[in-house]
Amino acid sequence: MQGTTTPNATKHDKSPKLSAVGSVEHIDLAIGGMICPHCPPAVEKALKAIPGVRNARVNLANASTSIDFDSSQVKAADLLHAIRSVGYSAGAAKVRIPIKYMHCSSCVTRIELALQLTPGVISARASLASNAVDIEYQPEQTSFDAFRQAIESAGHRVAEPRPATPEERELSPEDAAQREEYRVLMRKFWFAALVSIPVMGLSYPDLVPGLREWMPAGSETRRIVWALLGLLSLPVLIWSGSQFFIGMWDALKHRAANMHTLIAIGISAAFLYSIVAVAWPGLFPKMSLAEVFWDVTDVVVALVTLGLALELKAKGRTSEAIKKLIGLQAKTARVVRNGKEVDLPVEEVIVGDLVVVRPGDKVPVDGKVLEGSSAIDESMLTGESMPVDKRVGDEVMGGTINKTGSFKFKATKVGKDTALANIIRMVKDAQGSKAPIQRVVDAVSGYFVPAVMILAILSFVAWYLFGPEPRIIYATVVLVTTLIIACPCALGLATPTSLTVGIGKGAENGILIRSGDALQTSQKLDSIILDKTGTITRGEPALTDVIVASGRKEEDILRLAASLERGSEHPLGEAIVKGAEARNIKLADAEGFAAIPGQGVSGRIDGHDILLGNAKLMRDRNVALDTLDKDWGRLAAEGKTPMYVAIDGTPGGMVTVADTVKPDSKAAIEALMHLGIEVVMLTGDNERTAKAIARQVGIERVLAEVLPDGKAHEVQKLQLEGKTVGMVGDGVNDAPALAQADVGFAIGTGTDVAIEASDVTLIKGSLQGIVTAIEISRATMRNVRQNLIGAFGYNALGIPVAMGVLYPFFGLLLSPIIAAVAMAFSSVTVVTNANRLRFFEPKRVGS
Amino acid sequence: MTPDRWVVLVLGLALVAFIVWFFWLKRAKGVRAAETSSGYQEVMVLVKGGYTPDTIIVRHGKPVRINFRREETAGCSDKVIFADFQKSAELPTGELIPVELMPKEPGEYVFACPMGMFRGRLIVE
Repeated sequence: MQGTTTPNATKHDKSPKLSAVGSVEHIDLAIGGMICPHCPPAVEKALKAIPGVRNARVNLANASTSIDFDSSQVKAADLLHAIRSVGYSAGAAKVRIPIKYMHCSSCVTRIELALQLTPGVISARASLASNAVDIEYQPEQTSFDAFRQAIESAGHRVAEPRPATPEERELSPEDAAQREEYRVLMRKFWFAALVSIPVMGLSYPDLVPGLREWMPAGSETRRIVWALLGLLSLPVLIWSGSQFFIGMWDALKHRAANMHTLIAIGISAAFLYSIVAVAWPGLFPKMSLAEVFWDVTDVVVALVTLGLALELKAKGRTSEAIKKLIGLQAKTARVVRNGKEVDLPVEEVIVGDLVVVRPGDKVPVDGKVLEGSSAIDESMLTGESMPVDKRVGDEVMGGTINKTGSFKFKATKVGKDTALANIIRMVKDAQGSKAPIQRVVDAVSGYFVPAVMILAILSFVAWYLFGPEPRIIYATVVLVTTLIIACPCALGLATPTSLTVGIGKGAENGILIRSGDALQTSQKLDSIILDKTGTITRGEPALTDVIVASGRKEEDILRLAASLERGSEHPLGEAIVKGAEARNIKLADAEGFAAIPGQGVSGRIDGHDILLGNAKLMRDRNVALDTLDKDWGRLAAEGKTPMYVAIDGTPGGMVTVADTVKPDSKAAIEALMHLGIEVVMLTGDNERTAKAIARQVGIERVLAEVLPDGKAHEVQKLQLEGKTVGMVGDGVNDAPALAQADVGFAIGTGTDVAIEASDVTLIKGSLQGIVTAIEISRATMRNVRQNLIGAFGYNALGIPVAMGVLYPFFGLLLSPIIAAVAMAFSSVTVVTNANRLRFFEPKRVGS
Repeated sequence: MTPDRWVVLVLGLALVAFIVWFFWLKRAKGVRAAETSSGYQEVMVLVKGGYTPDTIIVRHGKPVRINFRREETAGCSDKVIFADFQKSAELPTGELIPVELMPKEPGEYVFACPMGMFRGRLIVE
């Protein structure tokens, strides 16, 4: 994502301008992070301290400052610097524009000067090294076109990327390079394959009637035909096989050896033998030994090159998930600037911008809804298939798609700070990490290739010393076959490819797995500790029961309680008001509202004195509770918070508020138990409330009344029982416990996905994600094991067979061509197996 | 044994000895990272067929910045992983990618590509 922006609050009722008044200029700058009344003086003081600043006024309401300054003494950039130095963010969007033909340092100065004279540009810095200019500017005052004009006026051109087709635009340079490499490999393959056909046919004339007579063994005709075949095969070796020699050479310089080394030595050995056979057949004791192996060279090059190409293609597919995520980023945003709606490149959106989203639009950046409402499809980020309703005050995430309504929102996170950008970064990091299982491979890989070379030499020697006649031919075939069949690539690819697919699959389902380590550990969890509040439950109280005394109506009691609580800011009160609103009850106005700390509230509604509160409040006001008392005990035992309602000193009823269980918690917990995992609930609440919730979701082991700093200790205690423990929490209060656990799962809230303490982050706040995460980790690790067994097994079987260990018993010896087929497809198989994971579908429980 | 057999045997064993020495026994001398004014120990590493230099010597307790520049398109080398530091970086072809580390304990740490074909050592003194 190019062009990062700094936070910047803007308000555009009066169009800000940089205007010259004599030598005194005036500038309006937006300031971010100014939230308190004492902020403006600090900024003003910092600005006025700069020599040349005549006046500086800060407006807290629209978070901006207007400054008069002497442009001969101060530059706009100095003003920004001063504001930033006192701890606020100021300014401006940044953009980097590539320039064509910028060769001299005078060009640099010219371009910088031209841009600095452009209104709205705060600073411009051109660099010969990057062939680009970095511009800091105020987006509401200028545009890309103005920059282009300025650059052209300085006699230069903006190096524009050539107009790209939509498909190409999504192609990163890396992808383009990969595509090109694939094309080249395929061309090399076809050439080698075409040459192989005549070479194969003519290399075994004794097997083909007609040819046998035309070019009998030892004849001059045969020698000439074979020499011509050699000439034909030379370009195959030099061009089609070039990557093997280049790869070998690059590695040798580092005293390392790789697959290329093996193939290069193998095909060179075959080729050199053939040259000797054609050029100096007299060196061989018998004419029948003067065989050629051009076909081996050609076919091996063709097959292995094809294998490389297929592997490249398949490997590209493993990172499909991340490509999809990158593709989610919006290109443009509709932003209100100077009172008008304009379409801007998404890079130019700054924090504080008012962004307009119409039905069907992509939400460009993260923000908070200010106006309107809609349903938004967040499935691409959270894996939640149902559209999510958004109202004023709700958070929206960049990259999600607006379905029905239109709304306006204030941008809160842009550029690299958005949830989507964070997700992409985290997934990339995780895909680059190593699973512990990889260490086995790492230990082997440093020794593998030289060891194969040694084995090949030893088998050549053994065949030459003890083998049957013609010894030299057998020995050469065995040498070449052993070198070619060994496949270090399959070993090397086994873990990383599966990991890439598995972690990508997690991201598709709204599960961010931080590292290969977390992925590997998740599959063997014995216990999972669930934090109660916010994890199993919604974490906010909701109205659950309304009980009425005889002769009262449920609706009336709720209406009175809610009307009374409308003025209160207590979360329990809010829950009652919401509950009433949900039942479409029209609320009345309360007079004389008073809060009685620790007891409840009182007030007058419709001429009645209303009390709402606990038993102590009722006792103090002499309200008799006898009939309601029993209900109170029952509800409290269920872990709920009941509140009495008294009307004119007589008991009216009771409203009950409780933290409710998320709809899919029970099903998810059952699924976890089904996976053979012990589920434990951990909470700071009292035992009674905790047990009540645990009963609802079917958890047996409850750790209640745990202090916040004791949570990590509880995790440790479980680990001391010898268990691998996963901890699920909100990532804020539970950070130490998440860090202590073998795998910490953080339940994400909205756009805050970069939760540091966690190993796995669930973007959607549902426990279902834990089940899916464990399923993904099990599927991925199973895949890794298959790959490793396959790759190790292939080499462990293939190499001895190629060396000829079966020959003394069964007379079986592999041809180098068979070895090439096996080798080329072993690595393709590994990558293809990893790609199978792409079809993993999480089991949906409870829905 | 015929003379040609002796020749093949001796040559073969000599080759094996050479391979062992060339790939496993001979250790490259390391390159010491230079300390810059900003307090970082900096070093450039070229990624092409391997890491050049592949042995980097740094002092412990001071931040290290290794600037990787990859000049090839081979798939294996597009990432570098410092497993002991839990760090990894993507290396797009032709770009200078800094990787910053804080080596606290002296020791020898391996960095490698995801497939482990390219390896380098960070020696912390």
